[in-house]
Amino acid sequence: MVERSRIIGGTFQVFCALACIVIIAMLAVILGNILIHGLGTISFKFLARAPEAGMTGGGIFPAIFGTFALVVLMTIAVIPLGVATAIYMHEYAPKRSRMVHLVRLAIQNLAGVPAIVFGLFGLGFFIEFVGRGVDQTFYGGKLVYGQPAIIWASLTLALLTMPTVVVATEEALRAIPQSYREVAYSLGATRWQMIRRVVLPQAVGGILTGGILAVSRGSGEVAPVMFTGAAYFLPELPTRLNNQFMELGYHVYVMTTQSPDVEATKPILYATVLVLLSLTFLLNFSAIMIRAQIRKRLRYGR
Amino acid sequence: MTAPSIPESRRSGNLSDRFASFAITGSAFVAILSLILIFIFIGKEALPILTSAEIRKEASLSKLFVPQSARPGADPEYTWQPVSEIPKYSLLPLLAGTLKATIIATLIAIPLAVLAALFTAEFAPPWARETIKPAIEILAGIPSVVVGFFCLMVLAGWLQSAFGWTFRLNAITAGIGLSLAVIPIVYTVCEDAFSSVPQTYRDGSIAMGASSWQTASRVVLPAAMPGVLAACVLGFGRAIGETMIVLMASGNAAILSFLPTDSIRTFSATIAAELGEVVVGSPHYHVLFFIGAFLFVITFAINLFGHWWVGRLQKKLQGAS
Repeated sequence: MVERSRIIGGTFQVFCALACIVIIAMLAVILGNILIHGLGTISFKFLARAPEAGMTGGGIFPAIFGTFALVVLMTIAVIPLGVATAIYMHEYAPKRSRMVHLVRLAIQNLAGVPAIVFGLFGLGFFIEFVGRGVDQTFYGGKLVYGQPAIIWASLTLALLTMPTVVVATEEALRAIPQSYREVAYSLGATRWQMIRRVVLPQAVGGILTGGILAVSRGSGEVAPVMFTGAAYFLPELPTRLNNQFMELGYHVYVMTTQSPDVEATKPILYATVLVLLSLTFLLNFSAIMIRAQIRKRLRYGR
Repeated sequence: MTAPSIPESRRSGNLSDRFASFAITGSAFVAILSLILIFIFIGKEALPILTSAEIRKEASLSKLFVPQSARPGADPEYTWQPVSEIPKYSLLPLLAGTLKATIIATLIAIPLAVLAALFTAEFAPPWARETIKPAIEILAGIPSVVVGFFCLMVLAGWLQSAFGWTFRLNAITAGIGLSLAVIPIVYTVCEDAFSSVPQTYRDGSIAMGASSWQTASRVVLPAAMPGVLAACVLGFGRAIGETMIVLMASGNAAILSFLPTDSIRTFSATIAAELGEVVVGSPHYHVLFFIGAFLFVITFAINLFGHWWVGRLQKKLQGAS
């Protein structure tokens, strides 16, 4: 009886371990395949030049630049919003109030909205409603902002990544010992002084983590930007807020699915995927590192 | 942890304090506001399907769900052919495609993710835990367009040469790709559920002579079961809305069939593939927003339910510890 139970138990554990191995193996196959095929094509020239000869030659500099510009604009929008929301929930609102509950619910649900729905929303709200409205009011109906543009794409992405920033900031706020706040108050600080001088400096790590994770998420998303501003090929880099832009993820999508000559674009395609993957990987890795530091402090710092 | 009580006199002190309080409270409403705006602005573009007589001539609810004959005398059938002389907007082939891909993805992802989470929470030595958790995070961080690329360029070829399928891109290829997007969320929610089972449960079980697998399967798993179910529901919600993977790996053919080896076209991929070329305000445009509204409502309901369920479990387990 004991023998049989031991065999079943052993088998069960082996299955559990096997599941982990399968997941890690799938990850390794994807990463390995892209690394092997992509590494050979990457060079300084590839990163610094524009595409040539119908995407079969040259580099991907405009896509890198466009992705960079996109996430910078997105960060400018999402960090203040996300941090303020977290501060509201953790420092301002009374605990267990209905408002906090509602805001938290909204954040959770926002995180679950499909990316393509954000794309539809960006088109329907930002471009057709806000953009058209701006054009009507300030440009006499001329088409300036009522069209796909980097500003609308980045705002759409900001909404999509806001939950990431809120969650990371909240975790950091939770790690700050309550005594810090009490000391600040006892020295006569007002609530805003306490937040600005005590809470925010202490929470910088968490805000940074949230920002990095948001950038990582934003730089890889395609569905929300494909109707709100991303373009397949542009001769010029985006310099104004209402310009369209090239994006790494969208570039990968179009090259994979709409290339007339798949074999000829293959090396460039693999290299582009590798660049995108390394970018998100590096960002995620640094965020994980910073967060590990914060968690350590949460555990031992009191 | 409770907010420290602040003397009333200092709660709304000087001007900058009042301004900060206003700005912070205002920002907190952005999340709620954007959900409402998403609902309004997608609903607004979907509504003509129900209200506008002109749009309904081409795309009414019955045209979306009941079989239609293309010309008089022909057999009525379900066809999605929005760009043709007589546009056909039957959603049934898309529904079948979405369900096939989603079900295959969850069938692959749930066993893997649940068992892996159980392993990490109950059996794994620390070094293994420190390998698996970052691996899952990396998996979650891979952009879906990269997964789609991999399925299209590599996996589809491997599978076809292994099984000899007629269609290189089909529901199984897309489902495997989708499962990679589902695994991290199911794993994370399950792992949370397992580790929120109080240690006293395990101690009690071990003290009565149960082995570690008996403890895991008869004490921890049942106690965390609501969390596991919530994880599956949330994973399903993730799979239904995922776009880039199915857009690239499913073949995008709107065929009404139940064979997993046929090409499929899903709701999300239909929006992604067609919205770029559609005329704003045309019936086709409104049908695409109608699909979007449907996706939004479904995922919203799934998330609401999933998080409520998880919260209930945690409250219960915290009460027990």
